[in-house]
Amino acid sequence: MNIVVAIKHIPSIADDLPVKGNNVDFDSVDFVLNEFDEQSIEQAVLVKEATGGTVTVVGVDMIGELDGVLHLALAKGADKAVKITGDDPAADSHQQAKWLAEAIKGMSPNIVFAGVQASNDLDGQIGPMIAAHLDMPYIGGVSSVEVAGDTATVNKEFAGGFGAKYAVSLPMVVGVQASTKPPRYAPISKVRQVAQTATIEKVAPSGESSARLTMKKMAPPVVTGHAEMFTGSSKEVAAKIVDLLKSKGLA
Amino acid sequence: MAAKFEKVKSVEKEHAIVDGVDISGDWNRMFEQRVITEYTPELIEKVADIPGAESFANCYQCAKCIPVCPVDIVGNYGPRKLYRYAQTGMDLTEAPELWLCTTCKNCLRVCPKEVDMIKIMPAAREQAILAGKFVPAELQQAFENTAKTGNPLGQPQRKRDAWIQNAGVTIPIIKDLARPVDVLWYVGSYPSYHPRGIDAASAAARIFSALGIDFAILGREEKDDADSQRLAGEKGLFEMMAESNIATFNNYEWKEMVVTGPHELNAFKNEYPKYGFNRPVSHYTTFLARYLDQLKPLLKHEVNVKITYHDPCYLGRHNGEYEAPRKLLEAIPGVELVEMQRNRENGYCCGGGGGGMWMDSFTAKHTKMRLSEKRAMEAASTGANVLAVACPFEVSRFEDAVKSTGNEHVTVNDILELLDRSMRGEQ
Repeated sequence: MNIVVAIKHIPSIADDLPVKGNNVDFDSVDFVLNEFDEQSIEQAVLVKEATGGTVTVVGVDMIGELDGVLHLALAKGADKAVKITGDDPAADSHQQAKWLAEAIKGMSPNIVFAGVQASNDLDGQIGPMIAAHLDMPYIGGVSSVEVAGDTATVNKEFAGGFGAKYAVSLPMVVGVQASTKPPRYAPISKVRQVAQTATIEKVAPSGESSARLTMKKMAPPVVTGHAEMFTGSSKEVAAKIVDLLKSKGLA
Repeated sequence: MAAKFEKVKSVEKEHAIVDGVDISGDWNRMFEQRVITEYTPELIEKVADIPGAESFANCYQCAKCIPVCPVDIVGNYGPRKLYRYAQTGMDLTEAPELWLCTTCKNCLRVCPKEVDMIKIMPAAREQAILAGKFVPAELQQAFENTAKTGNPLGQPQRKRDAWIQNAGVTIPIIKDLARPVDVLWYVGSYPSYHPRGIDAASAAARIFSALGIDFAILGREEKDDADSQRLAGEKGLFEMMAESNIATFNNYEWKEMVVTGPHELNAFKNEYPKYGFNRPVSHYTTFLARYLDQLKPLLKHEVNVKITYHDPCYLGRHNGEYEAPRKLLEAIPGVELVEMQRNRENGYCCGGGGGGMWMDSFTAKHTKMRLSEKRAMEAASTGANVLAVACPFEVSRFEDAVKSTGNEHVTVNDILELLDRSMRGEQ
């Protein structure tokens, strides 16, 4: 079975996000693997371990630093790594989805995993658009996947703590919310060993697509209010909270 | 904590006839060869077969390690017990016991057979990590943070020197200085990022400045020493960090290195030499004790407190420094120094060593109380109102512990903060 994981390299938000012009200052920000993609790599490896097959991880190399992420994925159990030499840190999710879909086409995938969303654009478009380009069904918000033959049993999460179980026929694209088990740890000695021996296949970006959105302005949020701390005994604090709720018409 | 493993069955015999004489009774085992049938040595050998962990098999169950084991004092632990657990069915590489040792070295100090947990633990843990076995989630997070961001707290590398803005004195970055310095001060991760660590680092900067020391820091080029990650089993991560740090250290000209933390001292003095780094390193207490004559006139303000000092395992037992911290504290006018019952060579462990710093919730599940809480209670029982420390792991650990044990009247301070207070007066 051919299992493919589409990943995204995104600006880290561990630090204050530097802004330059109308966009992120990509030269002065670290790039990290989208955290939902960590879940989707784990889910892919779990499916491989249960049913056999190969896991190929593919991503757009936005700033020329994707190798580290691909080595980590290989150390965690992926078998092949492919990078699309996009080299455009501002490429939006529509463009990335097109490049990824074109690269994935030739891999004849049975199942494609993608993180359900990423913290840079939060539009959750990579998975559905890859599915549209490849003419496959898409199911997102997924928290577990089991494959038997050419059908997968998938748990999908809904708001309010509801979940549903779906049977989906392969091939399909899955947007992973969380893997069945927490992502495994890859020891650094293994990652370094992989870094010395692994080959990463390079693919030129192919096809064009765009969300056709123009960024007018990007700025850090303006701090307007402040938190008011109630002090006093628990009874006094409780009374103040009640008063506040009443004044807002909430109680 | 209930005993986890079944107690051995008695091999005493009600009746034993030796050379025709009936020696029935509880002393007959002295006369008949004892056939040991209740265990197999396989799980002991499994540990002792791991390179580095060979001495696990040396244990002859004398139990000298048990009363000095800090984890046993709040739980059921120690090398002798681990050996016995292995005899009776525990696979150390899969058991929670693998993660409880803080590598404090008190057992090795008293062990007649040199069962060396400082080597056994990292080796067995590495084996478990490489085999993809259970690793406490908090520890995994600290490993991932160190690999990704260069520090276990997961803070951005480019903010590593952000603290110097508010120290009140100029703190030169060696790269900007572009000249040789006498002292390269390795600040460390917690003093660079943790709010209470920054307090100690800022105090250190003010003290170095007041003494007129020609020093500089590495700033954003500094990365975690990773010694505790090594002891927690991530040797590959340690090697990666060591290679990076050594290259940075060798980029600049300096005469000696001073470190804020004992774990960094241990890394650079005892471990980095294995990777080619051989240069003079001292902990700040050792370094400042050399300047005691110049320091004393600067300590103008009385600090009227009763202090008890906690020996960090990696400064004391691992690196033999017990006196310098005490000399510095005694130099502060107004200070009364009192000792806890467990001090110096037999000092109790705060629980932060060997990766314990990043397994607090996990360890708490397997012990009656946190090691830091036990120690905070010991400090309070001396009547001291200040618990003085010399390790950046300890301030946050003990501040939590004095609160959770109802000893808020005990303030936790790094020695640097106390020296700084005497130098500048109450701020």
